Amino acid sequence: MADNKQKPERSNPLTGNTNTISRKNFFKYAGASAAGALAVGLYGCGDDNNPMGPPMSEDAVKLGSGDVGILNYAYALEQLEAAFYTEVMNTPYSGMTDEEKQVLEDLRKHEVAHRDFFKAAISRDAGEDAIIPGLTPNFEAIDFSDRTSVLETAVAFEDLGVSAYNGAGQLISADGIPYLVQAGKIVSVEARHAAAVRDLLNGGASFAGDDIVDPETGLDRFLLPADVLAAAANFIEEEIDASNLPSA
Amino acid sequence: MGLLKLLNEIDTAQLDKEVKDQFLSRKDALGKLSNFSKKLAVAALPLGAVSTLAGPARAQDSGQIISSLNFALTLEFLEYRYYEKGLASGVIDAEDQAIFAQIEKHEEAHTLVLQDTINSLGGTPVEEPAFDFTAGGTFDPLNSYAQFLALSQAFEDTGVRAYKGQAGNVAGSAAVLTAALQIHSVEARHASQVRRMRGSKGWITQDNGIEGVSQADAVYAGEDSTTQAEANVTAVTEIDANGITEAWDEPLTMDQVNSVASLFIEG
Repeated sequence: MADNKQKPERSNPLTGNTNTISRKNFFKYAGASAAGALAVGLYGCGDDNNPMGPPMSEDAVKLGSGDVGILNYAYALEQLEAAFYTEVMNTPYSGMTDEEKQVLEDLRKHEVAHRDFFKAAISRDAGEDAIIPGLTPNFEAIDFSDRTSVLETAVAFEDLGVSAYNGAGQLISADGIPYLVQAGKIVSVEARHAAAVRDLLNGGASFAGDDIVDPETGLDRFLLPADVLAAAANFIEEEIDASNLPSA
Repeated sequence: MGLLKLLNEIDTAQLDKEVKDQFLSRKDALGKLSNFSKKLAVAALPLGAVSTLAGPARAQDSGQIISSLNFALTLEFLEYRYYEKGLASGVIDAEDQAIFAQIEKHEEAHTLVLQDTINSLGGTPVEEPAFDFTAGGTFDPLNSYAQFLALSQAFEDTGVRAYKGQAGNVAGSAAVLTAALQIHSVEARHASQVRRMRGSKGWITQDNGIEGVSQADAVYAGEDSTTQAEANVTAVTEIDANGITEAWDEPLTMDQVNSVASLFIEG
């Protein structure tokens, strides 16, 4: 807990719980499992979260702890994807084929549905003060008028989403199995997306290419939140504070 | 030209410091996204590593985990042998060979990873059954490419639902759960590709099955749900019901999966 000095009031290092009453009551199991407590206690989190940068500013968006933190993490990623495809369809690149239009419009719909679902579910289960706000995307690096730029970004976002959900499953508490199943219902759709946009961009066997599926084990990638958020950070204006998420 | 190439070609030395810093951080962000394969070596579990890490981390019956893994292993045997036979039979169009060789490679690897993991947990991997891909003469996938593709879609979509249905049963081991998720998403990539090769969407709309293959209806039963986490999703989004059903895949129980798979297992 390298950042404890700066924010000693934020959480209990052994449980990951914050002082937010509604969260504590509703997610009374959040972060309180033995594995969660051990992981947080043993490995800490602040350094991992932001290895190169300065400490999180006070106004960083805090994902929170326990299962609600993981749900907020997923909500953040879905917000990013939904905003991306909304922009793609608002400003379609010239020469977008019917097939590409169909795929990208479907992806917009799916990601918007995921985003809206998480917003409703987190608000319902954890309360309005536990859910992260709407994030501000930063798409300066993307040329929406260029097919390659759009499709490369789509591939990167979809592969990242798959890896993120694959890595987050183990962070969900033993009492949060319904959330695990919910994440499973979404991750396979993200993987379907990833395969489709990879195929649009590169064809052949790229839908599950050796660059993303280990050819020796046949396993897709998984990533932990710190790596996922480091990759996503430059596409989101707000700083994301994941320091209270459960650790692997 | 790719964005990354474009960024690389710009002479950053000509930019003043402030612009340069901003620019490099953007470039770095895209680089990170595109070069994650480097991290794959670190993040992905190599063959065998699953077994080293497979000790249950939470209180859960390891018998249940082994049972789930053996269930998955049978499905992986089925898929692997299906593609092996398909590739050997000459039924696959030349231009699609590389696609199915890639899928076969993954399914074979999955059978090895699963056996390895079951052994490491002290279990005994199930023996590979004998398969009849004609389902008693109903299908002819090794002579009809259309049928080969249709059954491939059914197997892949079944695989996605089968792994999803076991997630809760293997959650007691973080390593097994993660490996299962890593297989699950590969099955979904396969499913998307094969569906699109057949002219379908890569995702499942409502509970639409495969035209002319009523036996596959069970593969898609329940995929038309618009209720998630006990919430009516139609009430919280503007997206239409078709889009909502596409955006979520649903699990199948072991029994539901077995009723489909048993059509292709002899004895």
